[in-house]
Amino acid sequence: MTGLLAPLADVALVLGLVLTMAAFLIWYERRLLALWQDRYGPNRVGPFGLLQVVADVIKIFFKEDWVPPFADRTVFVLAPMVIMVAVLMSFAVVPISPEIVVADSSVGVLFILAMSSMTVYASVLGGWASNNKYALLGGLRAAAQMVSYEVFMGISLMGVVVLAGSFRLGDIVEAQSGLWNCVPQFLGMLVFAVAGVAETKRVPFDLPEAEAELVAGYHTEYSGMKFGMFFVGEYLGVTLISALIVLLYFGGWRGPWLPPVVWFLLKTLAVIAVFFLLRASLPRPRFDQLMAYGWKVLLPLALLNLLVTGLVVLS
Amino acid sequence: MRAIFNSLRSMAHIFMHAFAKRETVQYPEERPQIPPRWRGRIILSRDPDGLERCVACYLCSAACPVDCIALQAAETPDGRRYPEFFRINFSRCIFCGFCEEACPTYAIQLTPDFELCELERTNLVYEKEHLLINGTGKYPGYNFYRVAGLAVAGKDKGEAAGEDPPIDVRDLMP
Amino acid sequence: MVRIFVEGTEHEVKEGLNLLQAVLDLGYDLPYFCWHPALGSVGACRQCAVKQFRNADDTTGMIVMACMTPVADGLRISIVDEEATAFRSAVIGWLMTNHPHDCPVCDEGGECHLQDMTVMVGHSRREHRFAKRTHRNQYLGPFINHEMNRCIACYRCVRFYRDYAGGDDLDVFGSRNRVYFGRVADGVLESPFSGNLVEVCPTGVFTDKTAKACSIRAWDLQTAPSLCPHCGLGCNTLPGERTGVLRRIRNRYHGEVNRYFLCDRGRFGFEFVNSPRRLGQPVIRANGEATVVSAADAVDRVAAIVRAGGAVGIGSTVASLEANFALRRLVGAERFVMGVGAVEAEHLRTVAAILRDHPARMPSLREVEAADAVLILGEDVTNTAPLLDLAIRQAVLNIPKERVRELGVPAWNDAVVRLVVNRQTGPLFIATPAATALDGIATQTVRATPPTIARLGDAIAKIVDNAVASPGDLPFAVARIVGPAARALRRATRPLVVAGTGTGDIAVLRAASNIARALSRHIPDTALALVVPDCNSVGAALFDAPDLSAIEGREDIRAVLVLEPARTSRERRAALDAVLDRADHVVVLDHLQSTVSDRAEVVLPAATFFECNGTLVNNEARAQRFYQVFAPGDEVRASWRWLQRICQQAHGEGSASWSGPDDLTAAMSAELPELGPIVGLVPRPGPGPRSRVPRQSHRVTGRTAVNAHLTIREPKPPTDDEAPMTFSMEGSPGRPPPDLVARYWSPGWNSVQALTRFQQEIGGAVRGGDPGIRLFADRVVDGDGAYYPPCDEPVPRYGEWLLVPLHHLFGSEPRSMESPGVAERAPAPYLGLNDDDADRLRVDPGDMVTVEIDSRAFELPFRLVDGLPSGCAGLPEGLPAIAGLPPGRWARLKGPS
Repeated sequence: MTGLLAPLADVALVLGLVLTMAAFLIWYERRLLALWQDRYGPNRVGPFGLLQVVADVIKIFFKEDWVPPFADRTVFVLAPMVIMVAVLMSFAVVPISPEIVVADSSVGVLFILAMSSMTVYASVLGGWASNNKYALLGGLRAAAQMVSYEVFMGISLMGVVVLAGSFRLGDIVEAQSGLWNCVPQFLGMLVFAVAGVAETKRVPFDLPEAEAELVAGYHTEYSGMKFGMFFVGEYLGVTLISALIVLLYFGGWRGPWLPPVVWFLLKTLAVIAVFFLLRASLPRPRFDQLMAYGWKVLLPLALLNLLVTGLVVLS
Repeated sequence: MRAIFNSLRSMAHIFMHAFAKRETVQYPEERPQIPPRWRGRIILSRDPDGLERCVACYLCSAACPVDCIALQAAETPDGRRYPEFFRINFSRCIFCGFCEEACPTYAIQLTPDFELCELERTNLVYEKEHLLINGTGKYPGYNFYRVAGLAVAGKDKGEAAGEDPPIDVRDLMP
Repeated sequence: MVRIFVEGTEHEVKEGLNLLQAVLDLGYDLPYFCWHPALGSVGACRQCAVKQFRNADDTTGMIVMACMTPVADGLRISIVDEEATAFRSAVIGWLMTNHPHDCPVCDEGGECHLQDMTVMVGHSRREHRFAKRTHRNQYLGPFINHEMNRCIACYRCVRFYRDYAGGDDLDVFGSRNRVYFGRVADGVLESPFSGNLVEVCPTGVFTDKTAKACSIRAWDLQTAPSLCPHCGLGCNTLPGERTGVLRRIRNRYHGEVNRYFLCDRGRFGFEFVNSPRRLGQPVIRANGEATVVSAADAVDRVAAIVRAGGAVGIGSTVASLEANFALRRLVGAERFVMGVGAVEAEHLRTVAAILRDHPARMPSLREVEAADAVLILGEDVTNTAPLLDLAIRQAVLNIPKERVRELGVPAWNDAVVRLVVNRQTGPLFIATPAATALDGIATQTVRATPPTIARLGDAIAKIVDNAVASPGDLPFAVARIVGPAARALRRATRPLVVAGTGTGDIAVLRAASNIARALSRHIPDTALALVVPDCNSVGAALFDAPDLSAIEGREDIRAVLVLEPARTSRERRAALDAVLDRADHVVVLDHLQSTVSDRAEVVLPAATFFECNGTLVNNEARAQRFYQVFAPGDEVRASWRWLQRICQQAHGEGSASWSGPDDLTAAMSAELPELGPIVGLVPRPGPGPRSRVPRQSHRVTGRTAVNAHLTIREPKPPTDDEAPMTFSMEGSPGRPPPDLVARYWSPGWNSVQALTRFQQEIGGAVRGGDPGIRLFADRVVDGDGAYYPPCDEPVPRYGEWLLVPLHHLFGSEPRSMESPGVAERAPAPYLGLNDDDADRLRVDPGDMVTVEIDSRAFELPFRLVDGLPSGCAGLPEGLPAIAGLPPGRWARLKGPS
């Protein structure tokens, strides 16, 4: 009985943690952006405005859940679910502490890469099913951008895998007991972080939903909770990428004095803060610049990183 | 390289703003200083004699881009025009101030009062008794009938500013 | 056609125009003040200055006044020339030196020609540093407000009032910038056309006093093309409504009918629409108790009454063709009568017969203006058809103007024309029972009783054509007119005979017909203008229905359905009362509470002319449509809509299944072939809202606030399913079709002067063709119709006076009497006698005279009426107190004892 309950408890714990995190991020991002823009941000609802999210959720639930008459209804409804499911699945292999992990898969890294390529479908299908030119353009951009950056993302990860000699995330964290990977794999970390920003379609790489030219990109036609799912999916993606950066390059839950979970959360939040700082400070590139940057700069860098790492390990 | 450096520099710069002074005014606790020419709640003013300034010329309603001003002209027995009713639907008003621009008598004025929230839209329909104030507002001194050619009680023909006394048509002098 | 060059662009314009007219016709904007299309040019205001060049190489040019420059082949001008612009700017600067700072409180604001022209010229700052001259105002009666400070001395008011309309109590006094336009002393403006000063005056000196107390800017009025219901001429009007109240009437130009002007009854008589006596709810009265009921209940009750059988319908001469036809359908053609007495019905039958096949034409007012000899037989046109008076005033100038033509002076050069005409008038002969306003310009006038006038007419006809039977000897005073009148008419190329129903004597109408028939044997262009009492008298006559006397005393009448009764004359009232007295059930459709509605079992509130669509036929058989101006409140609806519902309830859905006016007119023209052409009058909306004409201007204001105190939700405006128009500002932005012109506005032209943009040419037809259809336009006339035999002069009865109806512009038409101003101008009931008869009765003005008609005695104050023949007593027609008297033609009179 306990054998059955323990994984379920893990699932509940991780799910709860992750979803709370996503909700918390909404407040976190607004407060941080405000901080960097000489404002206060939401500070009215609840202590420090923490309940702003609750208010927003109530609002979003009461919005009209409208499906455009010209949309492909089934796909339109399915798309936001895909992103939620794909990202939440990824968290299954993320070890929050040595004890808390849903499925300590031996190919965790590969599983996450696989799942993150699933999220492409959400954008593409959402854009396609909306039957709206802006949404379609957004979906196309999302596909091109995410498929491209997935390549460097995978390659940049390989350095870490080579160092640890395992695809299991737990092993990778254990392998950093001496020196965090951010030092030997600095280049790989940079490439992975940039690719992560692109994967989650965050500013400055938010071209799929570039509001200046595409209204809201692939989710132009979405409203109510379906929009909410895209929204939460994006924050989940940010959390996932941040968690991965922490696991792969900053020693995961490792740290003195404090319990591992706390260390893991603190590190993740710090990385997320960098994501938000990027949004606060950088302008959006043109799409061709984005692609050129990926293929002409990041790909060689990632390959170089892998090569050097391989050489060092072999030698 | 340069581009990356620039990006990092601007990130650092933005990050440093975390320690700057906040610009936000914490409104309900902290009252903002509203300039007197702020375009807020609309009022109707009175002339220095304490009479209604509005002569019901319809120019404000004509200028209103959202058509939220309606009035009906009437006339006192002594010839003064006044609005029989004067209604502003603040739930439509966009506070553009065109009405004030159009008003030839300084009657309609926008004030710095911006606190116009209501739960019922009907409470945002202001009638003349809600709009009329006991004062001249931003423009003291102006009295339309003192410069207009119309005769009203207390000002006969030729008694307005810059007018000659009325002509006696039967006068034979050239 | 001549070629002129404006700014170097070549244009073809008609010969004989002045330059101002030509450039306005071409669509250029050129400011002007003193010129008016109906009044011509005097070159007084110096506002229309343009640069004229000698040839293509001339760059210096000279400044000329466009309104005083005839167009000539190869004429080169520039409007935008710098010097000309500066000149015009200086002129308006001078004109504005004394103009008060009044625009916000001036009723002209927003449709002010002076405002438009000032903006057009670009003058924005007063450079005159000295004080403004001021004037005292005058009281000018209940219609016109005087605000003399605003005058720019263009002289249009006196040129219209004195020169064009023949008034003499408005004049100009003083000199230089002290000139004063007004009366010698305070008092009512006497001309029946004084209301036109409001439109003629380019600024706010003369404004509409009736609209002053509740002033509305022109841009806020909801307007639609309408017709004047106050006489038989069918003048076109533009009524304006705001917030459910009809605010004013303005003239709507019709090239053939009223053109630029309206009479005061038409302009100010509209207030019955806003009367507190308006019927708003259906009422069923049982045992003297009136209860307001729902429309469905009222329809049920009336349908039950009709189904029970024995119902007759009484049509109306003041209701639309549609309403009359719906009633006829409801009760059946054989049980449908017209609400007029036997005498009037005989008149209308005669008028209809003349319209159908009389060799003389029924002239439009424009054709009247072209007549060169006029004979008025019995009719006091100033009071029964006022615009006809105005047209005749222009017609009598045609002969004197021949000299103008000989001198080579263009017709628009008003000052010279007036100088040459020098108050001469062409042949105008008037034979009426009492003095008329036209007497002053008549060649000869006679006063006689209606029978004598009829014999006089026959005498004239006999001179023209010997085939007319001899009317016998005439009194010498009357006979002296016969020869000159006959000679003048015979010599003319476009002679005109004017007669009508006003005398109440059919013989007069027949005599006029005889004269016109005799004349048309010799002169093909002979015209016979007939005056009818009501706005749809001719339309009603074409129904060929019997009159009230046909059902008087019939036993099988259970119920009477009365449609919009107009009980103006003694005869009509007596005849209707006789029928109503015998009926068990009385149903009334009307818009005003009246003694008929008070006794009705069921009262249905009917829409007025301004609240529904319909067709009227005017005195020259011109069918014209009027359009709904605003949606009425309460349960008011068009009479034909009520009758249609009743008919469907009583006889089944199919009996009156007209979906709209087009169906109804189609059914009507199928049953009454003479009315056939009216099918073409009903416009059909094109697809989409952009094909509809908006009733509101694009500047209408207050949409989101005007009803906000009632509902915050801004209800949808009513939709119009009868006409291609909307009750909002939305609709076609382009030029409307000619019959749907709802307002005169053109960019830069907010005043009525924008009219030039709506005409094919200035003073010509409405752009796209004058609206309306002449019913007998293509009739084939057998010229050899027989003459009416002469009538017998009634033998004077000893001790009795022959009663003659006297008409009053204000008073003879009961609906207009609901306007306070009209009621103020109307006379109190009186009995008119001449000097001698007054002496015989030993009465002084104001004394009460006992009048005994049909052995019933009444008291009326006596009033002296100039020229009334001895043995005749005048009764003011249509006054409510007079209409109640018995219908007899003879009366015994007794002075105060």
